Amino acid sequence: MKNPNDTASSPVSGGALGTPAAAPSQPDWQRKYGGWIVVLVILGVLCVLPFHMKFYHIELSILYFMSVILAVSYRLVTTTGDWGFAHIILQGVGAYATALLAKHAGIPFIVMVPLAGLVAAAVGAIIMIPMLRTKGFAFFIASFAFGEFIRMVWMKVNNPFGGTGGIVNIPSPELFGLKLTSSVNYYFACMAFMVAAVFIIWRLDRSRIGNAWKSIHTDDMLAECMGINVARYRTLAFMVGSFFAGIAGALLAYRMGSIDPHNFEITQMVYLVIWVVIGGASTFWGPLIGVTILTIAFEWSRPLLEWRPLMFGSLLIMFLIFLPGGIESLLPALRRPPGEHYARFRRWLTNNRPG
Amino acid sequence: MDSATLIQTLLNSVVTSSVYALVAVGLAMAFGVMKMANFAHGEFFMVGAYTVYVLYQLGGFNFWVAVALAIPIVALLGVATERIIFRQTGANILAGFMATVALGFVLQVAVGRIWGVGLMKRIDTPYMGAAEIGDAFVGWQRLLVIPCAIAMLVALRWFLYNVKLGKALRACAQDPEAAALQGIKIRNMTMLAMALAGASAGLAGALMAPIAAITPYMGHGVVLIAFVIVIVGGMASIEGAVIAAIILGFIHTFVATLTDSLIATMVGVGFMAVTLVVRPQGLLGREKP
Repeated sequence: MKNPNDTASSPVSGGALGTPAAAPSQPDWQRKYGGWIVVLVILGVLCVLPFHMKFYHIELSILYFMSVILAVSYRLVTTTGDWGFAHIILQGVGAYATALLAKHAGIPFIVMVPLAGLVAAAVGAIIMIPMLRTKGFAFFIASFAFGEFIRMVWMKVNNPFGGTGGIVNIPSPELFGLKLTSSVNYYFACMAFMVAAVFIIWRLDRSRIGNAWKSIHTDDMLAECMGINVARYRTLAFMVGSFFAGIAGALLAYRMGSIDPHNFEITQMVYLVIWVVIGGASTFWGPLIGVTILTIAFEWSRPLLEWRPLMFGSLLIMFLIFLPGGIESLLPALRRPPGEHYARFRRWLTNNRPG
Repeated sequence: MDSATLIQTLLNSVVTSSVYALVAVGLAMAFGVMKMANFAHGEFFMVGAYTVYVLYQLGGFNFWVAVALAIPIVALLGVATERIIFRQTGANILAGFMATVALGFVLQVAVGRIWGVGLMKRIDTPYMGAAEIGDAFVGWQRLLVIPCAIAMLVALRWFLYNVKLGKALRACAQDPEAAALQGIKIRNMTMLAMALAGASAGLAGALMAPIAAITPYMGHGVVLIAFVIVIVGGMASIEGAVIAAIILGFIHTFVATLTDSLIATMVGVGFMAVTLVVRPQGLLGREKP
């Protein structure tokens, strides 16, 4: 289910963000800079937007930026084939580190956010030691178990984690004398971190290291034969993913002013998986699409709050059965003749394995 | 710890171990045949408990009738999961797994919407009173779990080793291609494995219904322990799962008696971490997970 457009050389591969696919008839400048123009336009819109939005929607956008960091960094870990189940917990590690250090040590915002990332990366490296022994599906289970372990530590240890009540009175963020308590200021701070995170992860994804990660996913034995230290690269991927999760956690802790173990429950993790799977994990842009569409869908479904896990759970099942490549694979799927879809549906009805 | 507490804890350990064994055996068997596991296994347990709640408490059936009905109902749920999810996602292991994560969500919300989330559902204990063993008192309802679980496990073992169908299931777990060459229909075997997994999880849930707190989210803790057991026992090994269930059942009960159940679960996960580092293939596993 690979998007044929993701080999395009422009940073925003065609189709993924709604731009037309790079056809041979397109002028050269469009193929070269089209993606950058789209990115700049989106950034420009994001810069103007907070001055025209309601308070509620600005708060929502702040949460959306954190979700983007989470989804994109989670996808980075999955490029090695390690679909973990502890990403939200590592966000929590960053949030708890922020709460404790900013409150008791008085570390300023600009230092604290990367520091929270480093703490999360360190914790990720520690739990990766036993998890390296597992792969594929066992990795999923092991990361779930270790994540729950960390969450139980938060719930159990009253000093310093505050038990089930969590930590309250996290100092409000301040950047070079500018209070970030107002929504618009914090919006821009979050946006800056989001853009930086997405850019770094995008560069990593296309770098030599990113290729090494993908080769581990394709065939870890072969990667090992090519001189790639599989254990080290998997640990690196997990640490980098944890680092950005920790940053998202720090941003969350500063915004909420208080955190408790319930912020990092398994439900959140399942929603993160839903964002990435429904968007599609095979290209860099899939999770971005997924998180954008589903954030909007989440808002729409607010009147049906109790039914939400059921709705999104069913949606995930539908996607995994009928469109396992996610929304990003929709464009090539639409180009296929309708008869093929009908045949696929018939196969599903008669319970044959598709494909 | 005085002798009465010791006896009581020992008996409780046996009860916990037998429930763990019932839950984990199904997971290990399904993993052996399909190389895929079911995250909604804890929700199967929950559905088993709710079946007893609905039939016995609300419907007024005999307790044993309710328990006996819970087994085929959850087995059917297992078959449906196999047909609707695992068969469709095919070789994509993670897709199947993610889909069952979502299925767990769906079952939780569905049950919660129908019978309410709120506080735990109370079930009148069918067998009141307690047995006096030494100086210790253990409720009859708890002790009843032990023979039921042992009967189910013995029946399962007899089925797997003495019945042609069971032998075919084991052959499938060992080498699906070779089994297919012998004329075994793999698809039927995966369905059978899921049915058996559902049946054992359903029985465990049904037996625990009068003892445990019945909530839509009761499966969450169960599936965590079951996964720990399956990893410690060696992913596809049924015997390994039973042995690991006994070990973890005793660890969990003793630590829970001495401190509390949250720490007991943490010790269980720590035990899994040590197992993964020292012996990654698990106690009786043949290959690395």
